[in-house]
Amino acid sequence: MSIFEYAPAPESRSVVDLKPAYGLFIDGAFVDGSAGSFKSVNPATEEVLAEVAMGDASDVDRAVAAARRAYDEVWSRLPGRERAKYIFRIARLIQERARELAVLESLDNGKPIRESRDVDVPLAAAHFFYYAGWADKLPYANLGPDPKPLGVAGQVIPWNFPLLMLAWKVAPALACGNTVVLKPAETTPLTALLFAEICQQADLPPGVVNIVTGAGATGAAVVGHPGVDKVAFTGSTEVGRLIAKQVAGTAKKVTLELGGKAANLVFDDAPLEQAVEGIVDGIFFNQGHVCCAGSRLLVQESVAEEVVDRLRERMKTLRVGDPLDKNTDIGAINSAEQLAKIQTLSEAGEAEGATRWSPPCELPERGFFFAPTIFTGVSQAHRIAREEIFGPVLSVLTFRTPAEAVEKANNTAYGLSAGVWTDKGSRILWLAQRMRAGVVWANTFNRFDPTSPFGGYKESGYGREGGRHGLEAYLDV
Amino acid sequence: MCLVTAQLAAPDDAGLRRLLHGLPPVDQVGAEARAAKLGTRSIKTTAKAQALDLAVRMVDLTTLEGADTPGKVRALCAKGIRPEPDQPTCPSVAAICVYGDMVPTAKAALAGTGVKVAAVATAFPSGRAPLAVKLADTVAAVEAGADEIDMVIDRGAFLAGRYAAVAEEIAAVKAACRTGGRDAHLKVILETGELATYDNVKRASWLAMLSGADFIKTSTGKVSPAATLPVTLLMLEAVRDFRAQTGRQVGVKPAGGIRTAKDAIKYLVTVNETAGPDWLDPDWFRFGASSLLNDLLLQRRKLATGVYSGPDYVTVD
Amino acid sequence: MSKKPAVAPAPRSSVRKTYKLYIGGAFPRSESGRSYPVTAPSGEFIANAAQASRKDARDAVRAARAAQPGWAKATAYNRGQILYRIAEMLEERRDQFAHQIAEVEGLELDAAHAQVDAAIDRWVWYAGWSDKLSQVLGAANSVAGPYWNISSPEPTGVVALLAPATPTLLGLTSVIAPAIVGGNAVVAVAPDACGLPAVTLGEVMATSDLPGGVVNILTGSTAELAPWLASHLDVNALDLAGVEAGSELARDLEVAAAENLKRVVRPSAGYDWEADPGLSRVKPFLETKTVWHPIGI
Repeated sequence: MSIFEYAPAPESRSVVDLKPAYGLFIDGAFVDGSAGSFKSVNPATEEVLAEVAMGDASDVDRAVAAARRAYDEVWSRLPGRERAKYIFRIARLIQERARELAVLESLDNGKPIRESRDVDVPLAAAHFFYYAGWADKLPYANLGPDPKPLGVAGQVIPWNFPLLMLAWKVAPALACGNTVVLKPAETTPLTALLFAEICQQADLPPGVVNIVTGAGATGAAVVGHPGVDKVAFTGSTEVGRLIAKQVAGTAKKVTLELGGKAANLVFDDAPLEQAVEGIVDGIFFNQGHVCCAGSRLLVQESVAEEVVDRLRERMKTLRVGDPLDKNTDIGAINSAEQLAKIQTLSEAGEAEGATRWSPPCELPERGFFFAPTIFTGVSQAHRIAREEIFGPVLSVLTFRTPAEAVEKANNTAYGLSAGVWTDKGSRILWLAQRMRAGVVWANTFNRFDPTSPFGGYKESGYGREGGRHGLEAYLDV
Repeated sequence: MCLVTAQLAAPDDAGLRRLLHGLPPVDQVGAEARAAKLGTRSIKTTAKAQALDLAVRMVDLTTLEGADTPGKVRALCAKGIRPEPDQPTCPSVAAICVYGDMVPTAKAALAGTGVKVAAVATAFPSGRAPLAVKLADTVAAVEAGADEIDMVIDRGAFLAGRYAAVAEEIAAVKAACRTGGRDAHLKVILETGELATYDNVKRASWLAMLSGADFIKTSTGKVSPAATLPVTLLMLEAVRDFRAQTGRQVGVKPAGGIRTAKDAIKYLVTVNETAGPDWLDPDWFRFGASSLLNDLLLQRRKLATGVYSGPDYVTVD
Repeated sequence: MSKKPAVAPAPRSSVRKTYKLYIGGAFPRSESGRSYPVTAPSGEFIANAAQASRKDARDAVRAARAAQPGWAKATAYNRGQILYRIAEMLEERRDQFAHQIAEVEGLELDAAHAQVDAAIDRWVWYAGWSDKLSQVLGAANSVAGPYWNISSPEPTGVVALLAPATPTLLGLTSVIAPAIVGGNAVVAVAPDACGLPAVTLGEVMATSDLPGGVVNILTGSTAELAPWLASHLDVNALDLAGVEAGSELARDLEVAAAENLKRVVRPSAGYDWEADPGLSRVKPFLETKTVWHPIGI
């Protein structure tokens, strides 16, 4: 690469005006939390970005009360077309402040600026646009003649796509006439707080959106609050299970979007170049912090060697490093804790006899980084083929026949997504029919769209987000 | 790939069809998405300076007009030798590309400069002429001193599945390039805009390489679309895979439609990340262009001086 | 001549039916060998029913899992035909069911007939849904890119159904039919007195071209069987229809079901089994699968 070494191309941080401390956003205003504060850290440098208020049960109580008031007095009484205008405004404000949101997201999360700029933020705006349009058309959604909002939605979101997951939760909730108490992830609260400012700029009535920052206990308080009518959670299957237990016996409506261990199936007639891109996109997009990541590559044995060779060559061009550099492909792992988990599972992979490979790449000295990694010689029995690693680590397995591919692909407790790569139309449909997964990408991978329902089978959770189907989670039909 | 050897020895349509259609297919959307993503690389400061100079050195400065005259060609040659008369650090272009009858003029104007003469031949741009005419066209250009021959494939034959005819013609032109003991480099123009699908581009690339092409070139510049980034990406993948299988390196030349330095840099990024640094050399990658050079020069000035330049400060030839 | 004493002809004793379970298309006894007496509301003994055990539940889940892929793969048209066939068979046995229901529920014969009619009509209603679900519940999504994108409903897999004690036939029908119409296989617990009509319904199903294992019926105690089904990791969904709303049992079962994130239909107090059910019991047992494919040449 010495002939053409890319000089650093850093995105400017100056667009973001970080405050030293952030409060909770309750009833339209920023207020102090009752349980002190915690630090949000830039995972690429380990510098503290800001102090953020730690919300406790009493804060959640205030937020739910504000949401209930806003629901009863304002939001549920507004005609759909008026709700729509607020949501459209929010969408526009996200577009207007896109650069700021993208830089802040990369600072707080560690994801490459190219992804926050080209994927997260535009998709977040698109979600608000999409659901804004539904607000006055709910009776046409084919869900029942007179769909009604549920009330107060308690929403808990993960750290992998902070703003985008906020959009997936808040946009349909508001469109359907609910009000919201949202708990962002502990390690990535900042874009949600910037979103709170956007709600203010949009003149959204106070209490319609409330944001309570904090950790697991704060989330549990939101989920368990008796004034919450609807619980929406995206995160690990482990926590999803706890939530399902917590709400058992209540009348709360629940949607859960949980973990995955997606199989990405490559047949010998596949468009191999594009398949390799799909594999790379599938596992290295967002450092592999993607619930629907294609973390199990299942290749037909006859082309396995060729595919892996091409994959290795391609991986050599991946650029790991400063998330704010516009040429970075793989940024920072979100937290020290997550990095440790990835390391542990990777070591388990080696210990169990799989062959580990990473391209030569220099990792920054500070911050949490992990080189893109593939394991070959993996079998279904290995931990790295069964457990969600949630990092840039791919397990490569092989199959001989379509039936074996399907059997191995479905041999998991998860069922969020799957990929199939083959040039034969009838085989694509045959495979798509048999994948026990909520999203099947055929000859593509990791595509998202506000119109396209997303959600899992089995232990990947229930309910759908996105599209017409996503409305049902927020309506009493 | 024993089919390859067999086909080189005695090409036949059915055998070539099996070979070419056995190549992994191309998904259009995926290929275009990959090209677009490569296009988002941000090349700044020193890397940009390096890229601009490299791009200048890769230009086949081209004039292919019915109205071409010796005067026009000589002016173009002068520009190609010293694109920036007042800046000695600015490199020369790779070649001047002209019609066959202009080869003597260009050859004389470029003598001793290292800038090559490339001639389009074989009934350029349509390729619709008897083989004998195409070969005579080639021989005349080579004898007049052309260092490089840019031929067009018979797209009609290709689209009709007469792959052997295409292969034999390329091989025959290649032989004609060796007229009089010379060894003019053969660039094979696929005219990808007429091939319509990426699968065809990939197959035509392989067919040309198997038949002896030294370079594969996207377009004549007379058909729209001419060069595109996805097409060039596919061709770069093809030359990379071809070298891996046969050991022979083939060059790539996108031609037509590349007008800005920004575009040229996207192509260089694509070369770098697809075929690899081995191709980042005028011997292995060229831009067929007329107006690109001036934009490269404007950007070069901007980078050197820090202020935006204007068309009055670069020469019009 | 000796005179034989005059003997009155012996009255004919009826041949009683042994009520067994319906698992995998067969009618086995409970592996536990247990039975329980089914009595009329008046207390009068009617018959013994097989009292299913946790092992019977396990076997039933296994049978359902084995049958489910084939049932899902059958054409929607074919599934609709079979559900309709069940309605036909029920109609033929209308009087038999009416008498049985009248006996176990202590109903007037008219009311029992009305319940059978409602159950038959419900089978017909669901039969017609089989090939319309994907049209009504699916979608073609206009994504912002060159992709074909279709969402369609698919069965969730194996569903455990806790049928209400009454109305016996209508309740059972109202939980089984919506679950199987979309391609699921089910294990239904028919509690207490419901067990008798349930097994008779099993006989109807066994003669209606319904593949064995698609519907499995366990008679016995909901309290005993439900925890095993709720916690079974190879069960994908749970209908708590027959459990008292707000009860400790309902909560415990939902907690157990959370272990593998089963889809749960909670019980609702005062549920009206005669009302139009809409798709409220169909949708919870369907997944939405969204398939993407690039559009190009």
